Amino acid sequence: MEQNGQLTPIISMKDVGKIYYSEHNSNEVVKDVSLDVQENEFVVLFGPGQCGKTTLLNLIAGLQLPTSGEVIVDNKKVTAPGPDRGVVYQRTALFPFCTVMGNVEFGPKSQGMDKKSRREKAQYFIDLVGLTGFENQFPNRLSGGMRQRVGIARAYANDPKVMLMDEPFGHLDAQTRYMMEAELEKIWQKEKRTCVFVTNNSEEAVYLADRIIILTNTPTHIREEVEVKLPRPRRYSDPEFLKIRRQIEDICESTL
Amino acid sequence: MKKKGKDKEAIVYATCAIASFFVFWWFITTFTAASKTTPGPWPVVQLLVRSFSEPIGKYTIVGHLMVSLRRVAVGFGVATLLGVIVGIAMGTSDWARAIIKPIFELLRPIPPIAWIPLVILFFGIGELPKYVITGIGAFTNVTLNAYTAAQNVDPELIGAAKMLGTDERGIFFRIILPSCTPQIFAGMQVALSTSWMAVLAAEMVGAQEGCGWMILRGNDTLNITLVMVGMIVVGVVGLLLATIMRKLEGRLCAWNRMDS
Repeated sequence: MEQNGQLTPIISMKDVGKIYYSEHNSNEVVKDVSLDVQENEFVVLFGPGQCGKTTLLNLIAGLQLPTSGEVIVDNKKVTAPGPDRGVVYQRTALFPFCTVMGNVEFGPKSQGMDKKSRREKAQYFIDLVGLTGFENQFPNRLSGGMRQRVGIARAYANDPKVMLMDEPFGHLDAQTRYMMEAELEKIWQKEKRTCVFVTNNSEEAVYLADRIIILTNTPTHIREEVEVKLPRPRRYSDPEFLKIRRQIEDICESTL
Repeated sequence: MKKKGKDKEAIVYATCAIASFFVFWWFITTFTAASKTTPGPWPVVQLLVRSFSEPIGKYTIVGHLMVSLRRVAVGFGVATLLGVIVGIAMGTSDWARAIIKPIFELLRPIPPIAWIPLVILFFGIGELPKYVITGIGAFTNVTLNAYTAAQNVDPELIGAAKMLGTDERGIFFRIILPSCTPQIFAGMQVALSTSWMAVLAAEMVGAQEGCGWMILRGNDTLNITLVMVGMIVVGVVGLLLATIMRKLEGRLCAWNRMDS
């Protein structure tokens, strides 16, 4: 991605704004967000509870369109949902009527891949997320953590340029959450992709991110960026880790 | 283990209940004034057994049953197909809903039986009017269920499918349709019972065969035993049809079961 000696970002948001209009009033949710994400970078969007983090992610996904500015992914302007962006949802959004295999091969099947190659591909990612042996189970028979593994495998199986994760571990209990964070880190090390990860948990942010984008309350804009250069896998109790965590929490408090 | 024990218990209760029903029937047809008009269980069972080999009118009882079942199969089958199409169209497209819904809501409360005179007027007394009447019985239930189901498809699933690069056609066949199946099946269960009831009504007008005709024939010849044989057959077959539908649903909608 070298161009004139400069890196071309894979995701580029330029003065992006989103206003919801209803009959009598308008509600500005995202305001003047400009953000570049480099290839294979792990970026965490970190912000308080009800800020427009999810909206911001949906704008990159193309599930919502900005009212001003533009979003460019892989040199193309985002105008609609598309398979070059993989989404992992907070409520998993697994297809309940498809088995684990059916869910993971859903994307490749939509791309018209033949049965043998898409099965092989799906199997690779099912194995990668540690669900070998569960291929024929329906999602309602799986635990929360396992469902989210299926969600990750499903997004990966489509070979997206970027992975967009919307608080994927938000509904999990603390124990499973730690496990899934470590798991995601491992998967990401093995299958490097550009990741944009939304969370409101500072510990999770510092554990996963190369760069943390701290957002303000609505209308959301970028408050500050913090780079995390600790070696991976990180330790939650490492003093350096805690220092960065304190730093981003302080920034957040001063924002409120 | 526990479940098996419960099943056993249920079978014991069911047997006792049906046995006491027969005893009660025997009692009132032996010791009360009903004995003058109503046959007891024994002659009814005798006639039922005999009717497997001796024809009543054109066919034996099996023949009549097959005729009725064929009418239900055709009417119910066509109506289910149409109902799913119309219901999902109403649930997914605003203009389809705007056009079809008012007419549908107006015709919905009219029971299949009320259609009989008009249907005979239009289609005569052949097989077609029987299909139409059984069909009307099924159509309303299937349509209504398909409609509500299609309206309640989780938009996040549609979004997820779009993100995976699925086209409109794929979203319809791989997301909307499967999302609707459990509720369509629930509608089909009710619809099948309604169809079964409707066919009997249809066979009481201008037919020479079928379970409904058998009951009517018994009535016309003051043969109450035959009426009761007809009723028992109708009851048992109705129960079997409902059971088959439930099993089929269990098979096709395994993903929807909540128990672990």
